[in-house]
Amino acid sequence: MRHLLSAADLSRDDALQLLETATAMHDVQHREVKKLPALRGRTVVNLFFEDSTRTRSSFEIAGKWLSADVINVSAKGSSVSKGESLRDTVMTVAAMGIDGLVIRHHASGAPQQVTQWVDAMVVNAGDGTHEHPTQALLDAYTMQTRLGDLDGRHVAIVGDLTHSRVVRSNLILLRTLGARVTLVAPPTLMPSGVGAWAAAEGFATSYDLDEVLPDADAVMMLRVQKERMSGGFFPTPREYTVGYGLTRERLARLAPHAVICHPGPMNRGLEITADAADSAQSLILDQVSAGVAVRMSVLYHLLGGSE
Amino acid sequence: MTRPDLQHSPQQAQPLGRTVLSSTDISRALRRIAHEIVEHNKGTDDLVVLGIPTRGNVLADRLVALLAQIEGTQVPVGSLDVTMYRDDLRRQPVRAAAATRIPTDGIDDKIVVLVDDVLYSGRTVRAALDALGDLGRPRAVRLAVLVDRGHRELPIRADHVGKNLPTAKAERVAVRLVEHDGGVDQVRIAGGADDHETGEQA
Repeated sequence: MRHLLSAADLSRDDALQLLETATAMHDVQHREVKKLPALRGRTVVNLFFEDSTRTRSSFEIAGKWLSADVINVSAKGSSVSKGESLRDTVMTVAAMGIDGLVIRHHASGAPQQVTQWVDAMVVNAGDGTHEHPTQALLDAYTMQTRLGDLDGRHVAIVGDLTHSRVVRSNLILLRTLGARVTLVAPPTLMPSGVGAWAAAEGFATSYDLDEVLPDADAVMMLRVQKERMSGGFFPTPREYTVGYGLTRERLARLAPHAVICHPGPMNRGLEITADAADSAQSLILDQVSAGVAVRMSVLYHLLGGSE
Repeated sequence: MTRPDLQHSPQQAQPLGRTVLSSTDISRALRRIAHEIVEHNKGTDDLVVLGIPTRGNVLADRLVALLAQIEGTQVPVGSLDVTMYRDDLRRQPVRAAAATRIPTDGIDDKIVVLVDDVLYSGRTVRAALDALGDLGRPRAVRLAVLVDRGHRELPIRADHVGKNLPTAKAERVAVRLVEHDGGVDQVRIAGGADDHETGEQA
């Protein structure tokens, strides 16, 4: 594996190995000295063309805990805001002799394009509404810690599927790991052409959360992306909550062993209520903590050995 | 002439070389090491036994069981993965990392006994000492190995050795332990001049 651009880059063995290494990396978080020398002398640039707090900082911590030198470049306040092209920005950064490039960009496919221009390894940290493979890995890692092997488990992904890049990566990875997946959303937020996609990839779709909920081993609630809601996707927030929110009543109908995930940031009271977000079944904070371990695992596997 | 019924016997499936430690030799060596540890430590107070994956873990568990037999106390046991601390990471394909398990009381002010199967260049032990430094500050660190085959590249020595085994660099020492490899416990030496030596002692 030279780059990580899509969850589809990962075979089942690759994914399991990344998750296993993440377990070893997770131990480091509980140590007094949170440092491993594995990437000493390597330089990683976090190149973020979109705002992000948790992804950028978890990549930064992951790199630093592995002893890499980490530099953050954000579009705001850089030459990008002066009109420099993606290619020139990337080539300029790469000319400084870096080993790895973690990139977030609003255009789907940008990280793939970047691999054509530079020798450094490239990790996709979110491209448009396309993919976010490390988020899918950390979701799978977190679910595994509570549910064990995901083979045969049923995961419901609920909410704003149209605008979410988390969905595609999660769907691919969960299928690779053998889980059953059901996508649940109101018709207006279900991606167009989902039927053919579902048939090809072997997952189910539903407009009825109450029907899917009791059978789910995990529910992944997605954020309603208010900033992208320029069209009338649902009449009122209240109506969305009634149809698709993880409310106290729905929480009660969840199987006792089932877990709740949310990639964050949450709109409390809209897609998820405080009862559900703070319940014992919620793994939302575990996901944040797993983010660092999973990104350490990815950086280690891409940069740790000889090429 | 080979008997047809022996053509696919397990013995033929074994790697080339000769057995230098049998199952009995291994258990005798471990028992002696356990006694040495107790004697040197004047008991088992403050001891922590840490295996270096993967076969070091098996040996560490066995040593702790022997210490329990000898002294009637349960010595905390754990596992110390040194993958990230190796100085050859950049020269080889990525190695999978294993988990590190440290007993709940930690290793501060404890006497840590590191356990590995083979001591060779000393680089694994160096990596283990670096890893320990990130986990705490033991009062002392001791090293127990089943086989010391020489060829040290660093100033490191073992405190407890099951067998000193002079080898050529071209030779390969293969340790098999039931818990990890199945079959029977044994240490074999192969390669170098032994490539031509297929006669078995088993």
